[in-house]
Amino acid sequence: MSSDLDVFVGNTTLIDEEVYRLWLDGHSVAEAVARRLRGGVLEREGTSVAVLQSDTRDHYRTFQMLERLLHAPPRLLQQLLFQIPPERQALLVQRYYAFDEALARELLGKKLSKGTKKELDEVSARTGVGIRSCRRQFDNFKRVFKAVEELRGPLAENIQQLFLLPPALARDYAAIVFSGIWGLWERFWGFLGCPDPPFSSRDYAAIVFFANSRFETGKRRLQFLSFGDFAACAQSMMAHWSQGALAPEAADPDGDLPKSFLQDLKELKVLVSDKDLLDQHKSLVCSALRGKISVYNELEANFKALSRALVNVGGKLTHARDVRDFFVDLVEKVIEPCRSDKWSPGDLRLFLTHYTAAPRNLPGFRHQALWERYMAAISACLLRMYHD
Amino acid sequence: MPGKLKVKIVAGRHLPVMDRASDLTDAFVEVKFGNTTFKTDVYPKSLNPQWNSEWFKFEVDDEELQDEPLQITVLDHDTYSANDAIGKVYIDIDPLLYSEAATVISGWFPIYDTIHGIRGEINVVVKVDLFNDLNRFRQSSCGVKFFCTTSIPKCYRAVVIHGFVEELVVNEDPEYQWIDRIRTPRASNEARQRLISLMSGELQRKIGLKVLEMRGNAVVGYLQCFDLEGESGLVVRAIGTACTLDKLSNTSAFLPACNSPSKEMKEIPFNEDPNPNTYSSGPSTPLKNQTYSFSPSKSYSRQSSSSDTDLSLTPKTGMGSGSAGKEGGPFKTLLRQQTQSALEQREFPFFTLTTFPPGFLLHVGGVVSARSVKLLDRIHNPDEPETRDAWWAEIRQEIKSHAKALGCHAVVGYSESTSICEEVCILSASGTAAVLNPRFLQDGTMEGCLEQRIEEASPPGCGFCHIPYDELNMPFPAHLTYCYNCRKQKVPDVLFTTIDLPVEAIVVGKGCLIQARLCRLKKKAQAEANATSISNLLPFMEYEVHTQLMNKLKLRGMNALFGLRIQITVGENMLMGLASATGVYLAALPTPGGIQIAGKTPNDGTYEQHISHMQKKINDTIAKNKELYEINPPELPEEIIGSPIPEPRQRSRLLRSQSESSDEVTELDLSHGKKDAFVLEIDDTDAMEDVHSLLTDVPPPSGFYSCNTEIMPGINNWTPEIQMFTAVRVSRLSNINPTNQTLNKNFNDLCENLLKSLYFKLRSMVPCCLCHVNFTVALPEDELVQIAVTAVAITYDKNQALQANKAPTEKSQQRASTDNEEQLQFPLELSSDPLSSQPFSPAKEALEGASSHTGIPAAQRDRCNSWIELIKLKAQTIRRGSIKTTTSLEKASPLAEGYLRHRSVPSGTNSTVSVVKMTPLSFLPGAKITKYLGIINMFFIRETTSLREEGGVSGFLHAFIAEVFAMVRAHVAALGGNAVVSYIMKQCVFMENPNKNQAQCLINVSGDAVIFVRESELEALPVPAPTAQPAGSAGDVTT
Repeated sequence: MSSDLDVFVGNTTLIDEEVYRLWLDGHSVAEAVARRLRGGVLEREGTSVAVLQSDTRDHYRTFQMLERLLHAPPRLLQQLLFQIPPERQALLVQRYYAFDEALARELLGKKLSKGTKKELDEVSARTGVGIRSCRRQFDNFKRVFKAVEELRGPLAENIQQLFLLPPALARDYAAIVFSGIWGLWERFWGFLGCPDPPFSSRDYAAIVFFANSRFETGKRRLQFLSFGDFAACAQSMMAHWSQGALAPEAADPDGDLPKSFLQDLKELKVLVSDKDLLDQHKSLVCSALRGKISVYNELEANFKALSRALVNVGGKLTHARDVRDFFVDLVEKVIEPCRSDKWSPGDLRLFLTHYTAAPRNLPGFRHQALWERYMAAISACLLRMYHD
Repeated sequence: MPGKLKVKIVAGRHLPVMDRASDLTDAFVEVKFGNTTFKTDVYPKSLNPQWNSEWFKFEVDDEELQDEPLQITVLDHDTYSANDAIGKVYIDIDPLLYSEAATVISGWFPIYDTIHGIRGEINVVVKVDLFNDLNRFRQSSCGVKFFCTTSIPKCYRAVVIHGFVEELVVNEDPEYQWIDRIRTPRASNEARQRLISLMSGELQRKIGLKVLEMRGNAVVGYLQCFDLEGESGLVVRAIGTACTLDKLSNTSAFLPACNSPSKEMKEIPFNEDPNPNTYSSGPSTPLKNQTYSFSPSKSYSRQSSSSDTDLSLTPKTGMGSGSAGKEGGPFKTLLRQQTQSALEQREFPFFTLTTFPPGFLLHVGGVVSARSVKLLDRIHNPDEPETRDAWWAEIRQEIKSHAKALGCHAVVGYSESTSICEEVCILSASGTAAVLNPRFLQDGTMEGCLEQRIEEASPPGCGFCHIPYDELNMPFPAHLTYCYNCRKQKVPDVLFTTIDLPVEAIVVGKGCLIQARLCRLKKKAQAEANATSISNLLPFMEYEVHTQLMNKLKLRGMNALFGLRIQITVGENMLMGLASATGVYLAALPTPGGIQIAGKTPNDGTYEQHISHMQKKINDTIAKNKELYEINPPELPEEIIGSPIPEPRQRSRLLRSQSESSDEVTELDLSHGKKDAFVLEIDDTDAMEDVHSLLTDVPPPSGFYSCNTEIMPGINNWTPEIQMFTAVRVSRLSNINPTNQTLNKNFNDLCENLLKSLYFKLRSMVPCCLCHVNFTVALPEDELVQIAVTAVAITYDKNQALQANKAPTEKSQQRASTDNEEQLQFPLELSSDPLSSQPFSPAKEALEGASSHTGIPAAQRDRCNSWIELIKLKAQTIRRGSIKTTTSLEKASPLAEGYLRHRSVPSGTNSTVSVVKMTPLSFLPGAKITKYLGIINMFFIRETTSLREEGGVSGFLHAFIAEVFAMVRAHVAALGGNAVVSYIMKQCVFMENPNKNQAQCLINVSGDAVIFVRESELEALPVPAPTAQPAGSAGDVTT
């Protein structure tokens, strides 16, 4: 006696968190049942495998019907088909858009295109994330990207100039980062009465940020960096370099400051091109650090190379082609030399503090504010990236 | 020109993409009522159009207003080809037609298409301006309120309960008209939906007219059903109970309602009535002539004449009983006569109610049912549905005479159903024979009862168990004992009823869902031969279902069934029987005996061993069940048990009466073919199977209880969390050569697995109770069995339950009384010791009479060629059991649902989404219904030609049921409501054709839209929550 048809529909839609997890992970019904069995639910509830199968199928069907709505979370709030308490709706959305960092790391800097989607098989094999789950997460990134890319905001131009992206992309980008993703997601969470989303829309912003700017993140050199590292870096850059953008109402609608900011970065080259300034800078930093760091000698020897690298990274940001190399440059020219000289993270921190502060005392250096703003993001990135 | 309907189309949202090129839609709306159609402008290129239309006004008769649904069609404008329909919304405007219900319908409605399901939503505002119409000959019945609820709705008071109303209308089924061959499935489905909507509107209007004729203003327990008779047509029929209801303006207003001196005078002689179980009353007059007489003698004489002529079947309970100088006798007799006279003037003294105002139900006789097998033929003249009317009239007549045979003048908890397979149709009706208090049945008398009830000592919660029939002329063999509660009246040892457990009933322990399941193979046959074989099978099925119920009841150590519903379903090659009921242990009835197993071959050693093994298992199960359901009726000390005659002044002590025999003696039960009812003889493998199947019922996992009545006996501290659900299963009986045994087992497994699956799904709600578990069985195809279950899971507070149990009885009594007052709107004073004021009287009525009624008479006749009929009385069979004494009020476990009103409810998180609760119950735990907005009665068809793509049959039906829920919720929300009570899925007809990748499903649901307020939000509530008090100080709750 086999059941051809077997459904259970509640007036309040039942959501089983465990089954939802299994569904999100891309398990088939049979796999999900097997996993639930291993979880010992049979012993706990004293039920049968058939019951478990029927239950799992029911939930899967519900999730499949819900998926359409999850693609546009605000619709989930308005739809009439499923009566789901708000906290459950929040859970559904939250889990649906949560992603595996390993996967996000793989996708960083890649175009969210069909081609990339086809490569997901390999990505799945490398990351251990199920292929179905990979595809779902990929589609999430893409959907968020697509949803916000058409949004417009006054800061778009600022970002375009700051990062020297092609104008259209930069505009979309700004929208995503500042009014798009941020606004949408945070408004959404606020609406759900959950002001602190457990996964951060910032992460999504970072992904889109990388997807657009095409930073080179896939090189072997950069393999040691995690998704979290990149996300943190993207956030510090957004926070320091396009300040005001994070609080759009406070931003100057004309966007003068950021526009000049990128151009002005070229002015900083004086720190390495002017020999006097370079020497004075070095002596100021060295005198401040003498006896305070363990790698003083190495610092003294490498100061000029380090400084050149740090300043030039910024100078290159006006050229679209060079933006790709931002992280590669930082790793190759700063992090790797320091690491081979066995700097401790503390040493690096101390160095960066004094290195940033010293030009204040340099006669004839007029870009102090610009310099500190630039270095704030660079320091944050370096400190975040400085690990094994 | 009695009415103006005004409709405004505001906006749409989430419309589907209709134009692939632009990914957008150019939507407009057609609004149609009757033959008038209006259109909005086209709102171009949007999936969220804002029409903001003018008010479309329809000037129509109120007859039309009642019959017609408002039809809103959303279309996509297409310049070059025909406009594409996106979907429709049907709005029943009936709730706007009576003053107390909704005033406006406004909200988002899902746009529904029978092929694609829900496709976006539309915001609509509907209003009605009604003009007064004084035309006496009008055909409309605007203003009559309809309730699905089978009790007096919570914010109303019953002034008069008039009685049974029924009506049916027939039509050709559009699906079977010739035009169906050339039109699209969508057009056909829509024609059907519209027709049924029209027919149910018409039906409701016609019933309303009958109610007005009876001078009522409402129909309670309204049940409307569709019979899809295929080629022969479509029948929409409805039954209900006509009432005159009074809206309670607020809870405090009802108390001093009636103090007319004449009424008091009228009551005087009756106040001396020494019998606590007899409600004295004002004199009653037959309802038919609608006059009101105060003269007792007049009604008396009328009674005697009518009874002589009419009551040929009935053993006379009154007249000349004399009853040996007992004071209660004559009055009781008089009362009974009066009631009878009042009721017998009616064609059918039936009531679809299952819960009654306190004092309404005097005695319960038992279940009466009748079935009839008919051959369907084409309905030639839809305007004269005489054949169908005649069929039902016959069945009702049968029910009425069965009730009379049980010494009852009325049938309560009455319901009707059909099962159709091809051209054969089984009509069934069942109810509970009862004796009612006439006071409620006539104009003006209800008020009198209020004050009177205060003076009267309230019944000790056992009155309804006392037999209504004559002890010496019992209609069937039964074993009677003195009531274990009051010791004054006789009670049967087992009681079966179709009603809910009366609020005042005293129950020991908890109740549980009991089901009897049965399959019987039947040869495939045509027409008459088929009908004959079905008719021949029916009595056996009834008998077996009954035996199963009885055994399962005993296995659980219980002695009464409530909410009994026996469903016989006919299929091509088999019949299925499913009986569901809630078993309880009534304190008034004797403790049931165990089950004995006897073997046929006593000399076989291993066999004996096997038997004794089985016996042990059964005994263990009984013991386990008693523990599980907390059935531990208090034992009485030995010496009292031995004493045959109670001391006259002794109260609350229950004694064994002479008539009881010792536990060991077995008695013959005629209704069971001279076999002892408790002895299961294992004479072949079949019987062995039966015993096995008895033991296969697995009790629900811990933390779960289930029942099919409104409230679970023994649980009274509900918390507000509820989850209503519908589960549907279709299983294929894959046996090549099925036998009755294998089928039985399959069917049993199917039901048990379904229940198990429900328990598992709802495990997060533990501790909880599945209430109003309603199974419906259908046999859609040769080897397919479809089971649909609708129920509600309600959580309860376990800790509080313990507390309540510990609380002294006196307090709980008082609490129960406040509950009753508020909840049922009748003040009911339960003194802590109601018996003390009563002189003890064994009330042994020596009634004479000569009725030669045999057990379970089965009338079976062939009437004419076209149909064959079988009507069978399923009389309540009563047997004896071992007897234990029980106590009276000391161990009362008052199951007042009103308890929950004392619970302070944590206010839930307020969400912006309007939540609509749905429940098959008539109430919401922890909440107070403040307004009834009107009846919801919806019929949907869904069809697909891409079954696989929609997730197969399960995906298809899952989506459809979810859509039906969504549409019900949307309609309730648009009426301004936040819940549906008494929700029922009356029909779920599913057909599939996997080869063609097609499926079709029809669902019919109904319920009452209400507004409820959480009790925690009711600040005006004068009663403090007992939860806040220590258990010992709960005595002051009566405020």
